[in-house]
Formats: sequence, structure tokens, C-alpha cells
Amino acid sequence: MNNQTPIRESLFSRTAALALMFLLAIYFLLPIYFLIVAATKPQGDLASTFGLAFSHFNLFENLSTLFGRSDGIFGRWALNSVIYAVLGAAVGTLISALCGYALAKFKFRGREFLFSVILGGVLVPTTALALPLFLLFSATGIVNTYLAVFLPSIVSPFGVYLARVFTSAAVPDEILESARLDGAGEFRTFFSVSLKLMTPALVTIFLFQFVGIWNNFFLPMVMLQKESLFPITLGLFEWNGQTARVSLLQESVITGALISIVPVIIVFILLQRFWRTGLAAGSIK
Amino acid sequence: MTDIATRATRVVPATGGRRRLNGGGPRMGVIVAFLTPFFLPFVLFYLVPIGYAIGQSFMVVRRTGGQYGTSYTTFGGFEQYAQVFQNGEFWASIGRIGLFGIVQVPVMLFIALTMALLLDTPLLKLKSFFRIAAFMPYAVPGVIAAIMWSFLYSPQLSPVVDVLKAVGLQPDFLGPGAVLWSAANVSTWLWTGYNMLIMYSALQAIPQELYEAAKLDGASNWSIAWRIKVPIIAPSIVLTTVFSIIGTLQLYAEPAVLRQISSNISSTFTPNMLAYAVASGNNYQQAAAISVVIAVITFVLSFGFMRLTSKKAGL
Repeated sequence: MNNQTPIRESLFSRTAALALMFLLAIYFLLPIYFLIVAATKPQGDLASTFGLAFSHFNLFENLSTLFGRSDGIFGRWALNSVIYAVLGAAVGTLISALCGYALAKFKFRGREFLFSVILGGVLVPTTALALPLFLLFSATGIVNTYLAVFLPSIVSPFGVYLARVFTSAAVPDEILESARLDGAGEFRTFFSVSLKLMTPALVTIFLFQFVGIWNNFFLPMVMLQKESLFPITLGLFEWNGQTARVSLLQESVITGALISIVPVIIVFILLQRFWRTGLAAGSIK
Repeated sequence: MTDIATRATRVVPATGGRRRLNGGGPRMGVIVAFLTPFFLPFVLFYLVPIGYAIGQSFMVVRRTGGQYGTSYTTFGGFEQYAQVFQNGEFWASIGRIGLFGIVQVPVMLFIALTMALLLDTPLLKLKSFFRIAAFMPYAVPGVIAAIMWSFLYSPQLSPVVDVLKAVGLQPDFLGPGAVLWSAANVSTWLWTGYNMLIMYSALQAIPQELYEAAKLDGASNWSIAWRIKVPIIAPSIVLTTVFSIIGTLQLYAEPAVLRQISSNISSTFTPNMLAYAVASGNNYQQAAAISVVIAVITFVLSFGFMRLTSKKAGL
């Protein structure tokens, strides 16, 4: 980075680059800014005032209306989203790490075949799985339960792919050999030595899967009828469909949408460094 | 390190006795224990449903003794598939998604590539701000993004519509001709930053020395970008294209949300919406056949694209 030969760029191309990037940044940030402004307004001001300017500050009233609606169902949806995404991504990361680690570090017959089956799995559209899964789950009676959404969510072929790539890069064979010589079992080596070396990679896998589950909509929509099991996405979708009849719901949809994206955005910005370390480790080494 | 390594090569043959079955690694039982926690759910929730859908797609429901008889499910060969291919709604949804993909995917990837290349030059300041701004939409669920944009499309609430009207335009983002592109815009907004980051990390991995010679020859940043950087990160561009093709064929949430505010989106707007609508009508075998056809098209297109580009670029 620092040892480049300095090349004088014309003022024009510098300015053009900066202007283009600013325009794009506005495009990416405008809807989020609009949502923040709209979430602070009373319902009556939504249509009557300009969308990008603040008017009466009504955020706290909006929040109490939102969380008070239908016996606090929104809080329940938020909790459900956290349960599905945090637990699902945690379990998913662990099993992806075990599998990717074995595929990277152990030599056995059929290894490449298993890996190509997993790679094929990356290309399978998950929405194509949702309908047949629904039929299978109705036969076993777990449709309309937490498990119906949780169980399919833990499987991430992409996570295994990342785990294999990262493991090859981050865990040297010599360390495994010396741990074996010290008499440590494979699982002990994995949990006490390898996992530590894989930490940045695990954070990346966790983030990918967390976002995938948090954002998932089709699977819960197919699986769940009980409102109390909905994640935020499905709940807000249902509310949004009712705003034509119940126009007061509009403000709650807006405030709810803001609540649903703020925690993830914060986590993203905080973990940015981790996230990029993991990505870089995968592509450089 | 070298000490450990030599020690390892010296001692391993001695312990090789119980490991020899698989060439020096741990025993097969241990390997299976590592693989099973992933493969068990993978088989149950990935492979079995695929097999089940394929099986169902070859079945038909028939009735004994006319309209009021009892129904039973039996093998029907390619009957369901024949119905899929004769279904005008199916072809209409494929046509929409094809048009969507041909325009949206190149536009999105071009913006992503441009941003990644600009972020990789010394030209730009505020890099981390731009990177975060572009990547932020990835943290927003598709449904929520579509809800946010639907407010920006709505004639009553949208500041964008207000501004355009003030300069004398009459935008109708939800009209019959425009609504497909309004959905495409939501996808572009959501995924540009993600694709940009994949390309950007590939760019970051290129050793700087590669540019030195070109720079000494007086090459501009522009020609370094298009002649050296883009060819090197071609595999990342192929990867993002394949992911985008898969995403396009799966399109559901964005049009489903826009459908709540626009009468110009039918319940069979995309192939996936059609499959869901058919399944909601309890015609599971037909829905399975539609799902299988979508999956096959996805596979053919993504593998086809990878083969095509790998031959061209000699990757």
C-alpha cells in the first residue's frame, strides 16, 4: 500500500471519483435516512409533511404504540428473530467448522466427492426446498413450531465451504502433528488449538449465517401460521398487508422496520474489522 | 516450526499402525464424528426434500368415479411437467424474471465493480465511509427493504415523488410498465454492496508489485484497473454473477411486498410466487414440478455461465 510510486492524478478524475461515490452513498443511505425520519413522526404527518424533513418528534409514542399492539406481539417477533438467528447461526457455525475442518485436514476416501456435493448445495435455491420441506414436516408434525424454522436454518453449505478454505489457510499441519504427538485426541486438538486459530473465520461464517437467517422470509412464511412464532420479517409483512384497511398501522410498520435493522447495522459496523480480516484471510493466504 | 516439522516426519511412521487405513490421518470413526453433525441435517433438510420434490413431481391425483369420487395419488410420468410447460402464467413469469435478470444483474455488478475499483485506487478519500454506506443495505432483510422502498414509491408518502413532481415530472413507480424495475431497484440496492465487497477483497489480495512495472511504463490508473485488475479478479466477478443468477430466479419477497401496494403485480408474478400460489391451492405435485423446473433452470444457467467464462478466460 505505502510503497507505490506516487502518480499525480488530475484534479478532475479525483473530483469525478469522489462525486460519483457520494451520489452512490446517497442512494444507499437515503432509504435508511427516510426510515429514521418517518419513525419519529406522528401518523398524521407522514403524508402531510415532506418525507426527508423532521416534523413533530413522536418517536417514543410510536415505540410505545408499536410494542403495545396486540398484547406486545412485536416484542415477541423480535425475540423470535433473535432466537432463530443467534442460536441457528451458533449451531450452524459449529457444525460447519467441524465439517470444513475435517475436509481440509483429514485425508480419507470420498473427501472430494463430499466436498463437491456440498458445493452443489451452495447452488440449490433454498426457496425451492421450502415447499417440499413443508410437506415432509407436516407429515412429522413439526410444522408450525420453532423447530420447523430452526432445523433447516442450521445447514449452510456455504459455511462449510468457507470453513474449509479458512482452515487450510489458518491451521498449519505442523501444529496438528505436534498436538497428536503430545497424545491429544482429534476433538481436543480441534477445540483447544484449531478453533482459536480459526476465530476470525468463525466470526465471518457466523455473520453470514446470522444475516441469512435474520433476513429469511420464505421459509417462515411457508412453515408458520401461529403469529406468536413469527420472526420480525414475517410479522411486519403481515402488518404491511393490512395497512390498506388499518391505516394507523403504517406508522408501526415504519417504526418496527427501523427497530429491526438497527441492531444488525450496529453489529455490522462493530464487527467490520473481524469480518474483513476473515474475508482477507480467505482470499490472500 | 522446522523443529516440530522434522520431529513429526520422524515419529509419525511409528504411530502409523492404527492410522494406516486412511493414509496417516485419524481413524475413520473420528472423521465420521466430525462430519456427521453437518451431514445429518444436510441430508435431512437438503437432499431428502430435493428427492421428495422430484418424486412428487412425477405423481398425479386422480379420482375414482367422476367428480365426487375419492381421490388417490398415483404415478403420472411427465404429466405434471407437461402441464408446467403448457401453463401461460409460467412462461409469463419466466419472461419477467429473464428481462429482470438481463438488465438488473449487469447493472448491479457494473456499479459494484466500479465502486470496488475506485476504493482500490489512491484517488479516493473517505474510503471506509463509502464501504460501510454501500454494505449497509446487506444488513437489511429483503422484506424490510421492499417495505422501505414501497414508501419511497408511494404517491402519498414519497419525498422522491414530491421532488420529481416539483420539477414537472409525473412518476408512477407502481404502474404496469414500471413496477418490475421498481422491484429490480430494491434488489440492486440490497446486493450491490455485498458484491462490491467480494470484488474488493479480491482486489486487496493482489500484490502491489504487479502494478509497479505498469506504473513505471506510465500506465494510468484507468488502464491498470481495466487491463490488469479486472482480469485478475475475473473469478470473483464470475462468482458474484452466479450468485446473482440464483438470487434472481428465487425472487419472491420484493415483488410480494410491492404486491401489497400495487395491483400491477399478480400472484404469479415470478416463478417462485407461482409455485407458492399453486401449493396454496393444495396442488402440491404441480408445485413440486414447478420448483424442480426452477431448480434445473438455475443449475443449467449457473453451470453454463461458469463453463462459458472459464473456457473464454482460460481460468
